[in-house]
Amino acid sequence: MACFSLTSVLLAAEEVAAAAETAESSGLLNMDRLPLLGVALFFIFAVVYWITVARSGGEIKVREIAGLKAIEEAVGRATEMGRSVLFVPGIQDVSEIQTIAGITVLSKVAKTAAEYDAKVEVPVARTLVMVTARETVQEAFLAAGRPDAYNEDLIYYVTDEQFGYVAYLSGMMVREKPAACIYMGCFYAESLILAETGNSIGAIQVAGTAMPAQLPFFVAACDYTLIGEEFYAASAYLSESPAELGSLKGQDLAKLLAFILIGAGALLATATQFVPSLQGAFDFFTGTLLG
Amino acid sequence: MLKRTIPMLLAMAAGIVMILAYFFPWLTPLQDQTTVWFNILAAVAFILGGGNLLKVHLKKVSDRREGWAYSMITLAAFVGVLVIGLFKLGVNPLDDFPAQRMAGDFRAEGSGFWYVYEYVFAPLTATIFSMLAFYVASAAFRAFRAKNFEAILLLSTAFVILLGRTAAGVFLTDFLPEEGMLANFRLENLTVWIMNNPVTAGNRAIMIGIALGTASVSLKILLGVDRSYLGGGD
Repeated sequence: MACFSLTSVLLAAEEVAAAAETAESSGLLNMDRLPLLGVALFFIFAVVYWITVARSGGEIKVREIAGLKAIEEAVGRATEMGRSVLFVPGIQDVSEIQTIAGITVLSKVAKTAAEYDAKVEVPVARTLVMVTARETVQEAFLAAGRPDAYNEDLIYYVTDEQFGYVAYLSGMMVREKPAACIYMGCFYAESLILAETGNSIGAIQVAGTAMPAQLPFFVAACDYTLIGEEFYAASAYLSESPAELGSLKGQDLAKLLAFILIGAGALLATATQFVPSLQGAFDFFTGTLLG
Repeated sequence: MLKRTIPMLLAMAAGIVMILAYFFPWLTPLQDQTTVWFNILAAVAFILGGGNLLKVHLKKVSDRREGWAYSMITLAAFVGVLVIGLFKLGVNPLDDFPAQRMAGDFRAEGSGFWYVYEYVFAPLTATIFSMLAFYVASAAFRAFRAKNFEAILLLSTAFVILLGRTAAGVFLTDFLPEEGMLANFRLENLTVWIMNNPVTAGNRAIMIGIALGTASVSLKILLGVDRSYLGGGD
């Protein structure tokens, strides 16, 4: 395996060297993406700057996220009722950033469950997610001082098939009636099937996703929903680590830049209607800067 | 070191390559190579998944836990399809190699695997998917209860959209002219306006937040600030 990897690295290095030679004539940088590189650098600078500020003791205030506060309540309820907590980390692999954000929330859920002595069940649709979730939950139980209570069999692989996974989860929910269902990750058509099944068994439900098309379904069927950005902020909110909170502030600065660009674009588009000579500037703005 | 630092460095290196390759075209081969590595890793993980599936369900059956019969069905289906696929049962040989049945494509029309897919798997998947229609109805019924101002607004907008997308909507406002100011109030036009303006604006606001959130989380992972994917901790 190591030999194979080394060969791959050498081959890749050769390919890069060959491509670099070709690129010398065509330019090293994709000039069409230069404005985006500028925006990316601004964003990186903003995030790194605020992480540094937060690490040096600067105060960062984050508004309360109701959905995340509800997690403790949900786990507590499950403990009182003697039932389990079902955690669904979406149907995508660990290469999907939403899955990683979901795993972060799982860490908090597992820690709370360890403290309350509640059972957290995590059926997954991807094997790499299973491995990651196991590591995370084990770490959370250790942090809660309950390493003995960790049971890796509760985090298991079901199937990669979207509707096979949904069929398993729906059946399991109806049979075992978990007291709380937490959906955090990337979801597609299965979002409403899961959330409605959870609703029908009277479970307290918290969802979080960055799939805009699925958000209305979760909002309609769940008690709390983390909408896109809130879902990504969950990691910082839950960890309370200055570095992570600082990144949220950097994100706000980037949002301000987006706000300014949208305002400038709207003004320019309006002005172009009255002053046709501004058409060139408008084309540059929409075609090059935003394109 | 082996459990945290090296995986973190690998993740950082792969992430940085992916970002840089977007701006610097000469890094594209390295980006492709990184993707291939992930695919290899995911393929190996399939074995892990199969093993875990067998372990969980065999344990359930052996312990006679509640619902063990479902586990039996799962195990039978798993082993059955695996045998059909691996041994290429029912596969027609290729024209070039009529004596070599194993040379045929296991997914080709008429093969055992194809039959399982077409006549068992596809109908089952379609059944689960079709349940969505009923869930949409029950969720809509709950969401559209006019209990406060926001819910009334949601209900009236949904009512306009639903009507505007049906023949009844067109019929109801047919008396309005097709041109001029009043044409905007025809239900089919009102629907298009709602979808193109308030809905798109709201959607884009969410999309901008999501895009920034995605970039921020990615950056935290690249900088090693967020290590939750390694099991958390410092």
